[in-house]
Amino acid sequence: MMKLFSSLKVMLGAAPQRPTEYTPEAQAMMEAKRLVKGPEKARQIKAAHAEKHSHKWRNIRWATLIAVNLIFVLSYRFDVQLVEGALTASRVIGFHFADLNSAIQVMLAYKVILINLVIGTGTVLFMWWLLGGRTFCSWTCPYHLLAEIAEKIHLALAKRKMVVDYPLHRGSRTVLYVVFAALAFISGYTVFESISPTGIVSRALIYGPGLAMVWVLGLLAYEIIFIRRMWCRYICPIGLTYGFVGAVSPLRVSYSMENCLHEGDCRKVCLVPHVLDCTKKTYADDIKVAIGSDCTRCGLCIDACPTGSLKYEVKGLNRLL
Amino acid sequence: MTEHDAPPKAAPVLHANTKTRRMVMRSIAMGGAVVGASLFGFFPVLRKWTPRLRPPGAIDETDFLAACIKCGQCVQVCPVKAIELGDLDEGFGVGVPYVPARAQACDFSCDAVQCVLACPTGALSHKISKKEEVRMGLARLDRPNACLARKGEGFKGVARPAPFKGVHRYPEIDRWKPVKLAEYKYDLALCDLCVRECPVPNAITLEPLSGDPADKRRTPVVHQACVGCGMCEMICPTEPASIVIDIRRKWGDA
Repeated sequence: MMKLFSSLKVMLGAAPQRPTEYTPEAQAMMEAKRLVKGPEKARQIKAAHAEKHSHKWRNIRWATLIAVNLIFVLSYRFDVQLVEGALTASRVIGFHFADLNSAIQVMLAYKVILINLVIGTGTVLFMWWLLGGRTFCSWTCPYHLLAEIAEKIHLALAKRKMVVDYPLHRGSRTVLYVVFAALAFISGYTVFESISPTGIVSRALIYGPGLAMVWVLGLLAYEIIFIRRMWCRYICPIGLTYGFVGAVSPLRVSYSMENCLHEGDCRKVCLVPHVLDCTKKTYADDIKVAIGSDCTRCGLCIDACPTGSLKYEVKGLNRLL
Repeated sequence: MTEHDAPPKAAPVLHANTKTRRMVMRSIAMGGAVVGASLFGFFPVLRKWTPRLRPPGAIDETDFLAACIKCGQCVQVCPVKAIELGDLDEGFGVGVPYVPARAQACDFSCDAVQCVLACPTGALSHKISKKEEVRMGLARLDRPNACLARKGEGFKGVARPAPFKGVHRYPEIDRWKPVKLAEYKYDLALCDLCVRECPVPNAITLEPLSGDPADKRRTPVVHQACVGCGMCEMICPTEPASIVIDIRRKWGDA
């Protein structure tokens, strides 16, 4: 319970804390790691990196993300009626689906709760709870893919010292979440939806692009030049909504301290590196740690980790297997 | 003491505090910019820059913008593709459906107001179950002097020549297959297209202009049954249309 609480606190913007207590197993393992001397550790890191060059999960994820959005596009273009609507709300083989954040915005603005919307919200809530909350972000959201590419460009330019990242405070997303919820409630309009790149890109793919894509391209340009992954990291309330759902999901990424070399490659590729703080030396309180609720389950860290210390895991299933 | 005597200033060192403060300032600036950008949506809405004809069953405009989840399911079910989604210039109306009547009107050929059934949030009211109950607006003879019926003229040929893309499902041809208006020829002794193609019974009639039986001239008269679907506006062969829809106007409004 304490763990859930602190994971939510970190998601809302608090800095991750170094644990004050460790399990005896963790303490023993940290002690054993301390005995490994610098040169040997460097050799270990080099050896580990020589073997591992994987993009497995990234490729699977990109394929899934593209496929999901393509199903929307194709079922409209060819009138298959498999999936109707867009990412904000849809009907999948007749079942209502509604994006949780869009549904909240509508309920706050309209102040009438409609049964179809509740059904749609329920279906989606259950699905994403099962898959892990922020899975929506990295496995479905089309803006995520665009931003991921923009992030790559940003990093490439930053390497050549052409751009500099100006990080923001992670708490800004929490503040904006409240602001947009309040705006919807007070103004009676779904204010956030008019600038949400998730909805705009999803509709642009399905119904054809319009002027609104200029806003999205502007955001991407801003992310490339000034702030690495600005929208997803510091603004988007959709991520936060799903983060709450994902806090208690059975599917998650788990960290095992045993083979970890603490060289931090996972944190370099991560969209939300604060969730990987446990991979720093002395930051894990146990030999196994579940990654916190802000994690999008994108798998980039799993691909990046040369020692296989990060893995997808279904809660409770390990005990059964 | 002059400037020269003062000890040379040390280069400012960025302390952790300064860094955090700058980060927080940047975050506040960014947050303000994003919220500010989102509030731009108010202008088109409050100033009514782009009044739009909403699909059948649309609730009151303000509520409609609030209730619409911007998914486009109504767009997908329309057999004549009469529904389009708003763009960024419509502010909070971005992604919200409308019917561009002159380009493609709603002809109710889906029978059961499919868009209403498709709407997941009730922005298109489920209280509407048949076309006669719809109230989108009211037709109005906007340019009486251009109206062919009022001039006593007939009409021959296509109502809207190519490249016009609008379609209509003619019950007499194929109930289920939309026909392009640019491909359907008429030959009428007196133009009565708005009355002929109106999908709602008793919504519009042609009335004589004078008591003289030899006088061919007639004028279109809109009745209370009119739902404002826009079919008359789309079919009107004069350019621009002689008859238009007043968006959201109800019978009895000034």
